[in-house]
Amino acid sequence: MDPIFRAVCFSAATALLCALAGVMVSLVIGGWPAFAKFGLGFFTSESWNPVTEVYGAAGPIAGTLITSFLSLLIALPIAFGVAVFLTEFCPRVLRRPIGIAVELLAGIPSIVYGMWGLFVFAPVFAKYVQLPMVLAAPPGSVWEKLVAGVPNGANILTASIILAIMILPYMAATLRELFLTVPAKVRESAYGIGATPLEVVGAVTLPYVKRSAIGAVMLGLGRALGETMAVTFVIGNAHGFPTSLFSSGSTIASTIANEFAEATSEMHSAALIALGLVLFLITFTVLALARALLGHRQAV
Amino acid sequence: MKLDRRGRRSLKAGAFMAFSYVSTVLALVALVAILASLLVEGVGGLNLAVFTQSTPPPGGEGGLANAIVGSLMLCAAAMVAAVVVGVLAGTWLAEYSCDSWYARVVRFVNDVLLSAPSILIGLFIYEVVVRPMGGFSGYAGALALALIATPVVTRTTEDVLKLQSRALRESGVALGSPLWTTIQKILWRAAGGGIVTGGLLAFARISGETAPLLFTSLNNQFFSLDMGRPIANLPVVIFNFALSAYEDWRRLAWVGALLIAVAVLAINVLVRVLAREPRRS
Amino acid sequence: MNAQPAAEVFETYSEEVASGEVKLETRNLDFFYGKVQSLHGVTIPFARNSVTALIGPSGCGKSTLLRALNRIYALYPGQRADGQILLDGQDILDRGVDLTVLRSRIGMVFQQPTPFPMSIYDNVAFGVRLYERLSKAELNQRVEESLRRSALWDEVKDKLHASGLSLSGGQQQRLCVARTVAVRPEVLLLDEPASALDPISTAKLEETIVELKRDMAVVIVTHNLQQAARISDYAAFMYLGRLVEFAATARLFDTPRASRTADYITGRFG
Repeated sequence: MDPIFRAVCFSAATALLCALAGVMVSLVIGGWPAFAKFGLGFFTSESWNPVTEVYGAAGPIAGTLITSFLSLLIALPIAFGVAVFLTEFCPRVLRRPIGIAVELLAGIPSIVYGMWGLFVFAPVFAKYVQLPMVLAAPPGSVWEKLVAGVPNGANILTASIILAIMILPYMAATLRELFLTVPAKVRESAYGIGATPLEVVGAVTLPYVKRSAIGAVMLGLGRALGETMAVTFVIGNAHGFPTSLFSSGSTIASTIANEFAEATSEMHSAALIALGLVLFLITFTVLALARALLGHRQAV
Repeated sequence: MKLDRRGRRSLKAGAFMAFSYVSTVLALVALVAILASLLVEGVGGLNLAVFTQSTPPPGGEGGLANAIVGSLMLCAAAMVAAVVVGVLAGTWLAEYSCDSWYARVVRFVNDVLLSAPSILIGLFIYEVVVRPMGGFSGYAGALALALIATPVVTRTTEDVLKLQSRALRESGVALGSPLWTTIQKILWRAAGGGIVTGGLLAFARISGETAPLLFTSLNNQFFSLDMGRPIANLPVVIFNFALSAYEDWRRLAWVGALLIAVAVLAINVLVRVLAREPRRS
Repeated sequence: MNAQPAAEVFETYSEEVASGEVKLETRNLDFFYGKVQSLHGVTIPFARNSVTALIGPSGCGKSTLLRALNRIYALYPGQRADGQILLDGQDILDRGVDLTVLRSRIGMVFQQPTPFPMSIYDNVAFGVRLYERLSKAELNQRVEESLRRSALWDEVKDKLHASGLSLSGGQQQRLCVARTVAVRPEVLLLDEPASALDPISTAKLEETIVELKRDMAVVIVTHNLQQAARISDYAAFMYLGRLVEFAATARLFDTPRASRTADYITGRFG
């Protein structure tokens, strides 16, 4: 009986391997027609036209990368600030409630973020931020190009902000856990010689967790890259290469989400699956890197 | 303003502190804003009809009953598969694998699946289940959700089994109990609380997942218990209704979002409460 | 473990035990953790109806030896034993030996208490249920008998269905003893069973051990020399994976023949 149970458990573990391999293989097979037809041009071409059956992934790929990096740029400092607050400045009584609040924020499903972004944030953003900026930009300047776009709130920047709010709690919680691994005695001795919190964090905490912190950031990036719902609602769904902060765009995930169920032809489906493969390769690389930096313990 | 070294340090320290306060306030403001919107928009549309009537055509009266039931069915089916495979896989990793290179590969793959874009899981299930079967179905949707939940259960099971002392395992074996009996009757029971927690967390995670359902279980306008055909579910209903142009559909979308958010938050609170329970007599 | 200078002669002083009295014995036992050898040619007799103590400094191999006796090391690949371990004359290191039957004849209690996550009753009954088909009444009787023998019955008789985890440390360890003797083993192995317990619980446990030797051969690993002197009939002093001296306890402590034994007992090294 022992060998049987052992074999059953082994099969379950192997099933996980098969699942990942299966995902990869099915994406390659499904997307192959598109790669075969368009070749490398698939990655560089901007045109996406289901009618003429010309597909190019540059727009969604650019959109994915831009929104993810922008969201990281916005979320990381704030997540860092929250983690520092919770470990250095927060009054003891409030530590637990605020920590819990941050974790609860992390549990909210992305579709809720998407809806909030679309119905609450985007209009406010359009009215109070986008419109003034468009109106204030001097004609013909670089600035004007950067803020060009229909002021309806559905654009790359809005999507990045919503995405940032989405990955913020997760990164804040992970960074805080990492900061807590610094032995109390080491921190206390730093304070003991009169260092300020800034100096303690900079000279003691950060170097201590440097490697894992980078891994945690990459994990956040990995999630941002693959996020669908938080982005689809507010990105505007235009296929071209985004030319300004306020232009509509698309990400790989939003394109697939919007078009796959009603794909008009085999080639259309294949192009979407090919997009999926690209996303898979990008996130796999990022996640593998994150895992290498974090080790197994933290990679949740 | 000329500052000496000490003054500059003070200024920097103060700025740093202010920055961390501001960040936290921003994060909390975001949380409050989102929850407030959910409550304001969602509660306004809450009524008995939400739970008793199915999704309406545009401009009609209706509720979310079919979506709620459908979501429950999808998540329950997914969790059954996820718990079976996840607990067994986690048990293999903790008890049988002896940290071989294969075990390390499995752990790596598990971690990648844990954070992989869920829309790609949906595409995969579409290719291997929906296409061959000739149509969208609840089973496909449940399978996609199971693929997302299993890594969570695997990981929690392995972690919690590893927490059990070696002596506990050896005590069982030293009594003459074969290893598989020791695992099932002693170790699983000892780790039970942790495994349940993992299951709850996985459930909370998949209850809000939309992308993998978009092209597996699709959606169904009517009330149906048939898992072999497209089945209604909250996330896809919200997705469709929110992006539509109809006022009452949008209101239902908010109600749906509120329901999901409440469910997820309730499960998270439950997990905390369970984790704090001391050992009972 | 330090390497010995090659010239040093390693003498072993061993008293004879009448062969009719020997329940379990090792002959030229070697043990390997992977490539590292941690037991070298150990030959020790364990007499029936008596307590044999394994003593020696940390790392001398006494726990390794104990864990070889019920082959619990078989759980871990890379650990292996060479030589012979004879139980009633039969070599238990043979390939064909059924390990579950072996462990019903040789029981083990570990250093830290490990109550199973179930009721006190189920803890004690667990091993019994593996081997025997007893009626409810017979099982109740066996459970009570085992708890009495471990001096735990009076303390738990009214709460047999409470969880084993709700007991104190000393009680949990006695529960582990009860659980092990419930299957009526012929040999009982104890690996520093009292090291995590307070003095009162230790005293109770020692009383139990002395009681139990009436029915089984007891082997106890301990780093507490006073404990060894108190409860054991025979003692084996080990050093660096080898047997240095084996004799009746009184004589070993009184007039040790090896100088190393004398040094250890008088506390010149620990």
